Amino acid sequence: MPVLDLMSGFIVELRNAGLPVSLTENLDAMEAVKVIPIEDRDAFKYALGATLVKNNAHWKVFETIFEVYFSLRGPEYAITQDGQPDDFWREMQEQMDQVKGQGEGKGSGGGMDSLTPEEINAMLMRALMSGDQAMMRALAKQSVQRFAGMEPGRPVGGTYYLYRTLRNLDLENMLQKLMDANRESSQQDLTSLEERLEKDEFESRIEQFKQEVESEIRRRLVADRGAEAMAKTLRKPLPEDVEFMHASRDEMQSLKKALYPLTRKLAARLARKRRHGRKGPLDFRNTVRHSLSYGGVPADPKFRYPRPAKPELMVVADISGSVAAFARFTLMFVYAIQNQFSKVRSFVFIDGIDEVTKYFKSTEDIGEAINRVNTEADVVWVDGHSDYGHAFEVFWERYGRDINSKTTVLLLGDARNNYHAAQSWVVKEIAKRARHVYWLNPEPKSYWNTGDSIVGEYGAHTDGVFECRNLRQLEGFVENLT
Amino acid sequence: MKPRFNDVATVRSGLKNVNYLADDGIAGVVFLADRLGKPVLIEGPAGTGKTQLAKSVAELTGARLIRLQCYEGLDESKALYEWNYKKQLLRIQADKNSDSWSEIHDDIFSSEFLLARPLLEAITSEEPVVLLIDEVDRVELETEALLLEILSEYQVSIPELGTITAKQIPLVFLTSNNTRELSEALKRRCLYLHVDYPDLEREKEIVLNKVPDISENLADQIARIVRSIRQLDLKKAPSVSETLDWARTLMLLGIETIDAQEAKETLHILLKYQTDIAKAAKELSVTK
Repeated sequence: MPVLDLMSGFIVELRNAGLPVSLTENLDAMEAVKVIPIEDRDAFKYALGATLVKNNAHWKVFETIFEVYFSLRGPEYAITQDGQPDDFWREMQEQMDQVKGQGEGKGSGGGMDSLTPEEINAMLMRALMSGDQAMMRALAKQSVQRFAGMEPGRPVGGTYYLYRTLRNLDLENMLQKLMDANRESSQQDLTSLEERLEKDEFESRIEQFKQEVESEIRRRLVADRGAEAMAKTLRKPLPEDVEFMHASRDEMQSLKKALYPLTRKLAARLARKRRHGRKGPLDFRNTVRHSLSYGGVPADPKFRYPRPAKPELMVVADISGSVAAFARFTLMFVYAIQNQFSKVRSFVFIDGIDEVTKYFKSTEDIGEAINRVNTEADVVWVDGHSDYGHAFEVFWERYGRDINSKTTVLLLGDARNNYHAAQSWVVKEIAKRARHVYWLNPEPKSYWNTGDSIVGEYGAHTDGVFECRNLRQLEGFVENLT
Repeated sequence: MKPRFNDVATVRSGLKNVNYLADDGIAGVVFLADRLGKPVLIEGPAGTGKTQLAKSVAELTGARLIRLQCYEGLDESKALYEWNYKKQLLRIQADKNSDSWSEIHDDIFSSEFLLARPLLEAITSEEPVVLLIDEVDRVELETEALLLEILSEYQVSIPELGTITAKQIPLVFLTSNNTRELSEALKRRCLYLHVDYPDLEREKEIVLNKVPDISENLADQIARIVRSIRQLDLKKAPSVSETLDWARTLMLLGIETIDAQEAKETLHILLKYQTDIAKAAKELSVTK
């Protein structure tokens, strides 16, 4: 396929994946392709990345799609024919045979088929031990060919093949084996620091090998099914579109990273509003004083500077099972906010409610803070099923008087009340006293007010209920907050 | 215009000659910036050599570096140009009697009375220039618009004087610490480069390159320990410059191989938060 066609397919796929690729960027990429040869794959990739991806969070998605579209380009990436090992492989095997002292018989032609799994494993271990990149790559290719059992047209995802290959290689125990071997081979005892460094090194090599295997599988799948189909099955949401409720651990990790700049943005935004906001009320004294120079005519009215509204934040979050993943995220959000504002109070509830500000204040380690919230906070009243009504009632009793006209109250939860009494008067009272009350709901809008969700009943009294399923929506909320 | 570089490899080796170790991505984007005549927007964590890249490219190409440090409240009179009011006033007063008003009017709005600020200076310069717009995320969203004309057209429009077009296309680098999202308009006009912490090999090379007389063994150990520390969940991961500081400290202390004790005692150079230091110290001493 000519490069141009490939490029347009590639860019369409980028847009399908949600990357905002504009027309000018598209043209830039075409321009870039002219000066960077496609054979130099890394440079080519970076050139496309520089012109098409303007947000580092999107890089991973870009890389995957790039792999799919351009993985079959360039001689070194071509797929070896089954049973016909490439030169490099043959050379390496000869080497291996020499080492083992059994040069005759195997040698050329047989590929990996002639080796027992144990032998392959030993070779892999040697490769990982020495960190030999080329050998690792060759081994990845051969193990996929041998173990993955890939058949053309079989409707099975890449993860299945990956699992099969890795299981045959016994990669889980590889780290331990490498560490043991390393300990044996070194003359003197390793200090704990050295051991730790070795471990990190091996871990990264194993990770690298895994990626080699993964991309080899992907290459084969692309060859089998074609780039478009493959890209479609691999399509994953962008980090800002990952739903909090269904985020995997890895995704949670990247969400956490994205949170910090978001709260910084929030703080910066509020600070800027303060400085550049509208003028305050008339400053009578100052105006009169200045009027003296105009012979007593108040020609130059003076205004007070607007008093900076120091936002006080109260965050009330549901951490019950139904929103568990969201709750974890909420806690991270609360923690991040806490570092940016002087006055943030946070509360968590299930059917009872407890203040958790102190857990966040007392430590700088977010993991520990969340752990303490989950274990120490007194949030269960009867049975540990959400009861918004009771939790709100207690909240109002205990903390209601602390709400004043400067306070912004954030309520986080899906408002699934298990058919308990709603007690929505509490929200109404809060809204009367507070500057703003917002409700963030992690459920899709179409689920609201279905079943035991009574978000509408509460929401009627707030300044707004916002769907907050992903980072993009949260960001939108933050932007409009002030 | 003649391109400055022949291929990516020349950029890379050239940068190495001026003591900047670029990886494929960095070299590729610099090369592309020259060929396409586009500015480069560099983002990444603090202390990974974003500003240094612009300086090194200037050194490599033998160009003058013009730097615009951005801050909140930066406006066009400080970034683009300003009329020299005092001089204009003097001019009017000096010829009070002789010239007619229209003559004076034309005269005082000529380039003689124009004070060039960094952006205008960069495009009017005769000699080759590298323009560095540092920490562009610090200006307000509205001020960003000031940059757009110069970034896409390499020209500045002055209402009284007309449009001043660049005599030569300068290499432009913008750096951002990502404290806020830059506008789409700005991003669209730039090539994007994310400079991350270097990988093990590159960091080791950087240490070897920048710290005189350091042994290969020590550099390797330093790079590996720093990598391990970066994997932890920290408030602020050690940057490259902090790695270099640490390497220099170890050199001064005459340490040849680092053991856990020495690593712990000098951790405060790598990490700036007490909790981070405690965490790293704990991690490094635990056998797993």
